[in-house]
Amino acid sequence: MYTLPSKLKLFSIILIVLGLVGITYGFLTTPKTVEDVKKIMAEQEAHHGEGHAVESHDEGHDASFVDEARGEEGYAEAAMEQAADTHAEGHSVSHEEHVLHQLQTRPWSATFVAAFFFMMIALGVLVFYAIQYAAQAGWSPVLYRIMEGITTYLLPGSVIVFLIVVFAGTHFYPWQDHDLVAGDKILQGKAGYLNFPFFVIRAVIYLLGWNLYRYFSRKNSLAQAETNNYGPYRKNFKASVLFLIFFIVTEATMSWDWFMSMTPHWYSTLFAWYIFASMFVSAITVIALVTIHLKNLGHIPFVSDKHLHDLAKFMFAFSIFWTYLWFGQFMLIWYANIPEEVTYFIIRIQEYKLLFFGMLILNFVMPILVLMNSDYKRIPWFVVIAAVFILVGHYIDIFLLVMPSTVGHNWGFGIPEIAAFLFFLGLFIFIVGAGLGKVSLRPKNDPFIKESENYHF
Amino acid sequence: MASKKIHAIYTDDDLLLQAVKQTRAANYHISEVFTPFPVHGLDHAVGIAPTRIAITSFLYGLTGLGVAVLMMNYMMIQDWPQNIGGKPSFTFYQNMPTFIPIMFELTVFFAAHLMVVTFYMRSKIWPFKKAENPDVRTTDDHFLMEVDADNHDVEKLTKFLYDTGASEISLIENEQDH
Repeated sequence: MYTLPSKLKLFSIILIVLGLVGITYGFLTTPKTVEDVKKIMAEQEAHHGEGHAVESHDEGHDASFVDEARGEEGYAEAAMEQAADTHAEGHSVSHEEHVLHQLQTRPWSATFVAAFFFMMIALGVLVFYAIQYAAQAGWSPVLYRIMEGITTYLLPGSVIVFLIVVFAGTHFYPWQDHDLVAGDKILQGKAGYLNFPFFVIRAVIYLLGWNLYRYFSRKNSLAQAETNNYGPYRKNFKASVLFLIFFIVTEATMSWDWFMSMTPHWYSTLFAWYIFASMFVSAITVIALVTIHLKNLGHIPFVSDKHLHDLAKFMFAFSIFWTYLWFGQFMLIWYANIPEEVTYFIIRIQEYKLLFFGMLILNFVMPILVLMNSDYKRIPWFVVIAAVFILVGHYIDIFLLVMPSTVGHNWGFGIPEIAAFLFFLGLFIFIVGAGLGKVSLRPKNDPFIKESENYHF
Repeated sequence: MASKKIHAIYTDDDLLLQAVKQTRAANYHISEVFTPFPVHGLDHAVGIAPTRIAITSFLYGLTGLGVAVLMMNYMMIQDWPQNIGGKPSFTFYQNMPTFIPIMFELTVFFAAHLMVVTFYMRSKIWPFKKAENPDVRTTDDHFLMEVDADNHDVEKLTKFLYDTGASEISLIENEQDH
């Protein structure tokens, strides 16, 4: 029976407290009025030298919807007309108000990035777990209790994410602003899907579906240890298959709802898969990390370096899969360079260049180099190094999904971001530690447990 | 000079694996084992060093990547940088997304094909190669272990192999033709 080591428990509580303080600080220090923003901008100007700040803001504005240069030369009159239509409201709002809105959004975004990052780990582990059941995998049953322990975080994590997306309002989702929609033909066309009641209903369905599967699969899995037939296992098999079907649909709509609708004029068909890849590789990485942690403490003598090797292979393969989707999305949009699609990448490359390309090194180049050799995949500290690269990289990935769409060029990496990350890290460690500790880590009576314990290749 | 080998034939792969382990433990030298299909763990039991073909494949892959980069940099950027559909052909990195599919494919192409050729060369197989099969049944359902008998008492070795479960044991003496 595992208990979270007392030092780790203390550490997680400290993280939670520090994080809470930081998040509160972030929300309290946002500017309240346009006057505050003017003061901040004047200070910035004084720091950066004359005119610099203003200049960079103008650039941001130009990039925000259409290719102005082409419009002036008469190539894209329809697009310019559309832009004029859609910006009718936007232009009446002053630049300072725009900046004020973005600065007020920053603590929301910072909290959401970290909240979603840790929730998607728990959700990804749940999907991995369902796949192991549905595929009747012979290698992984020794890891079932570990995966169940990690998915303990799903309930609190998904409730927090739910609350954030429901209460964020126009901080995240411009289509919730009725005045804006009234002057925007594109948003009016999407109102059948992007309207607040339906948005909340969908979010409730995701929340229920994911957590119900988590609850019943855990219950069946524990019941299997107590019986001498395979009834609970069969139930879990069916539940897993149904959950995977449910998940693949809700994951797609979830990514449209929560991320793509932050930039409601932009769309990409590959987007849902792309977020899924990020979720899945981070989840497998965390399973590997928790496994190494438990192995070091001597709680799971039945897990061998062969199991670690398999997890590392998954980390390796899904890092490449993520890169494939990232490149598939980027290259198609870059190549065609259609103004209404390309804005998504223009702001990311102009304002977030280092992060945008740096995450490719963290998420692709480093895992490939560290985990290619088959001997290295069995050495725990090598896997830990790769895991740190992958997790940092995918945090940046989520950061880049949210920040450019919500706070634009007024982003930073300061107290709100760090505090939110620490808070959810502490919460994650605390809850997962408690979840792991409830039952024996060896799943008894599973039909594949013997094969799994003797697993080698 | 004549060399003496003993061919011991087994009818079961588990038996063969046991026999290989016992023979190695008794310090006899196994020169070759013929099986109709891959026997899991046999290479380890015989004591063959791990293959390095994956390392060669990695290096070939890097070669392919290099070829792709040099080729496209020369053709598209250096030699004749045209404006094709507004793609930025000023520097390599600016136009890199268009090159990546080719860089990927050439990496895989070089890694795969050169590795296969390496495998053929190292295993000495090619069309019209004379088959080196000592007993045709080893391609169907028999397993053959070949043990050096030059410095050993043949009677004792035969007895030993018989005890490991061999179904047929034969002494092969051949003139080495070099």
